[in-house]
Amino acid sequence: MATTVTGTKTINKGKSPVGGPRFPGGNGGGSRGRNGHDGDMSHFESSANRYRIGMWVALAAILMMFTALTSAYIVRAASSNDWRPIAMPQILLLSTALIVASSGTLELARRKLKEAAEVSYHRWLLMTTALGVAFVGSQLLAWRQLVGQGVYVGSNPHSSFFYLLTATHGVHLLGGLIALTYLRLRTRRTERDGQALAKRHAVADAVTLYWHFMDGLWIYLFLLLFFWR
Amino acid sequence: MSGETHEAVHRHPAPTGFIRKYIFSLDHKVIGIQYIMLALVAVLVGMTMSVLMRMNLSWPGTNWPILGTLFPGGAPDGMMTPEFYLSLVTMHGTIMVFFVLTTAPQGGFGNYFLPIQIGAEDMAFPVLNMLSFWVTLVGFIVILSAIFFSGADSTVGPIGGWTGYAPLSALPNAGPGQGMGMNLWIISIAIFCVGSLLGALNFITTLLNMRTRGMSLMRMPLTCWAWFTTAVLALLSFPVLLGGGILLLLDRLAGTSFFIPGGLYLSGILSGTDERFPLHTGGSPILWQHLFWFFGHPEVYIAILPGMGATSHILSTFARKPVFGYRAMVFAIFAIGLLGFFVWGHHMFISGMSPYSAMTFSILTLSIGVPSAVKTFNWLGTLWGGRIRFTTAMLFAIGFVSLFVAGGITGLVLGQTSLDLPMHDTYFVTAHFHLVMGVASIFGMFAATYFWFPKMFGRLMNESLGKFHFWITFIGVYCIFVPMHTMGIVGMPRRFAQFTEYEYLKTLHPLVVFVSIAAIATVLAQIVFYFNLLWSIFKGKRAGENPWDATTLEWTTASPPPHDNFAGHLPVVYRGPYEFAVPGAANDFVMQTEPEVILQAVGSGREGTSGNGHDGHRH
Repeated sequence: MATTVTGTKTINKGKSPVGGPRFPGGNGGGSRGRNGHDGDMSHFESSANRYRIGMWVALAAILMMFTALTSAYIVRAASSNDWRPIAMPQILLLSTALIVASSGTLELARRKLKEAAEVSYHRWLLMTTALGVAFVGSQLLAWRQLVGQGVYVGSNPHSSFFYLLTATHGVHLLGGLIALTYLRLRTRRTERDGQALAKRHAVADAVTLYWHFMDGLWIYLFLLLFFWR
Repeated sequence: MSGETHEAVHRHPAPTGFIRKYIFSLDHKVIGIQYIMLALVAVLVGMTMSVLMRMNLSWPGTNWPILGTLFPGGAPDGMMTPEFYLSLVTMHGTIMVFFVLTTAPQGGFGNYFLPIQIGAEDMAFPVLNMLSFWVTLVGFIVILSAIFFSGADSTVGPIGGWTGYAPLSALPNAGPGQGMGMNLWIISIAIFCVGSLLGALNFITTLLNMRTRGMSLMRMPLTCWAWFTTAVLALLSFPVLLGGGILLLLDRLAGTSFFIPGGLYLSGILSGTDERFPLHTGGSPILWQHLFWFFGHPEVYIAILPGMGATSHILSTFARKPVFGYRAMVFAIFAIGLLGFFVWGHHMFISGMSPYSAMTFSILTLSIGVPSAVKTFNWLGTLWGGRIRFTTAMLFAIGFVSLFVAGGITGLVLGQTSLDLPMHDTYFVTAHFHLVMGVASIFGMFAATYFWFPKMFGRLMNESLGKFHFWITFIGVYCIFVPMHTMGIVGMPRRFAQFTEYEYLKTLHPLVVFVSIAAIATVLAQIVFYFNLLWSIFKGKRAGENPWDATTLEWTTASPPPHDNFAGHLPVVYRGPYEFAVPGAANDFVMQTEPEVILQAVGSGREGTSGNGHDGHRH
């Protein structure tokens, strides 16, 4: 069955490419699943892998940004004697508990999806979203407390970094909430088609990864802001 | 055949509406062309600014009535003010670095050809791809608007160079050019960062996930390696600039003191004693320099690596020889990218850093010479003994090698602290980075344009006009930048609007005028390029699928390629990218899609001569 399309040289489809990777890994050949033939699950999986890879790549960029801000934090703290740490708003302990819990519920949701338990998947997603919203609320309360004490973004370098880091983390977390909402809306559609299912799992994995990263990032920022001296 | 109909069902239909097809397109090819068009517009703006600057340097005090009409604030009665000159420096640098040297090589050609060269139908995330272009365009509109927001009456835009050093850039009242224009400058760069990050994310994922069957990593064209490394650099460096930009904006707008030290006087007012200059303490201006250059140095490689990839690709194609030392080339690209993250301090030798840090940065900087030399000698090795076809693309690729050597060699001079201290902020630095980062990258893109134009538009560019364009540009840029080295050694400082006040620089004036005339001639030669580009789209000679007898996947499909690149039939790759002059093969090139079987059937005489005068290329 030799086919020639727009100058593509004649190829013998029955033969595997000589000298190439005999079993292309999960990364190689992601597009083949869409090519009509070779329709088994592993190809859908490798095509859907782009969402997982893309998320790791995106996290590398986010990590670099917070690394840059951390280095600025350390340099700024050491460069002058005007560094006066603000007192930790107690509500941040609640924040921390909320986001750790939300990571747990999302992980449960992801496992339910793998077990095809749609109803509990949906329920745990809803729970995660609620915890995420509560986290954002607790952060806003912390800001209000500080504003009530007269601590603003320009008050001193530590408060500047506090507002900056919590706001930057918060913006990323809002992105995570949008992603969770997207996952929840998608539960209304049930796909039995192999490719759509593989994509759905991959997207859920990617969102979970992002959320865990935001969880870890918050813990890191919390330690940096209030326990690093 | 049933297989074919099955594939036809799975083909992605091309969008039909004008807006989905050409404006908000998800097709990586259209997005690539959009990026190239953005760069072609931005480079016109940047070039015009450089001509205006040269005019002011060579003929100070002359009235240019048109200037007075265009910029009543910056050039009252047609005479340029020094502030206007400085904002031209800023805008020229920013527009050229971000919106030309970063968009065209990566966003433009990378977008168009990376998916085709790895045998993919499109990018991994087409919507993100579209967003990255439109975000970048918004950034460009914002930076253009910065010209028109005058801080003081005499200024027309931000003043601070493309580096925007604090505390000048951090204080809105610090002087002319630090007002609204500077805010817009920072916002524009932040927007650009976001656009670039979306692009980089897409490039990396596409390359890792979407290679076609048989396209192992070591079978990728060197262009793909270059675009991939560039994307990694962008991914890791732009977030740092974004972080720094947010800090700078907070210093300006929210009263923080990240970069503003205490005890500053501003127009005779001490910080904190007057409401016009609120209290700032303890910030570190050097911190901005660290954050900026941690991004700024990799940015240099973001600009030039795609040019290196295109040069390797084109040299091999027109020398009719495999790239000399393919693996070494791949590792050299990686080495340059990696070392690029550890040398940012060489931009800051005069910032008062510890001599020990300076020495470390110096040694690391000089060590970049090693992979650079590997690449240069491999290019020469590729050319050596080849049956060279001197097309315009080939001339520009050879020009790239020449300019890369000429500009890179002074990097070894400036990389040494003892030499950098006197040369810093002189025209020597200007000459160095313009040759190696600016002009060499642009030559890489010219080569890419002449080479890939037939694939993008189905027609060849005019070779006679192309060669005329090459020779004028090639001689022109050397006439511009070689004398600048001399000026720098004499001690002519950068970013000065005029030199009439300096006795020791007066003897250089004829050289300054010469450079300006060369610059104007070179800029005029670009009209030929633009004309050739437009004319060839409609009237150029028709190109077939493979006008250059090249080997990589983009030449296996139609010109221009269909919406899904390979008309629903993904290619299978059997061999490396540069199989030219293979002994015993029927042609002097073997496409990547050619199965091994064919070769063996033809090639009984593997040990014999290859028919082109060589007998050395074994695989």
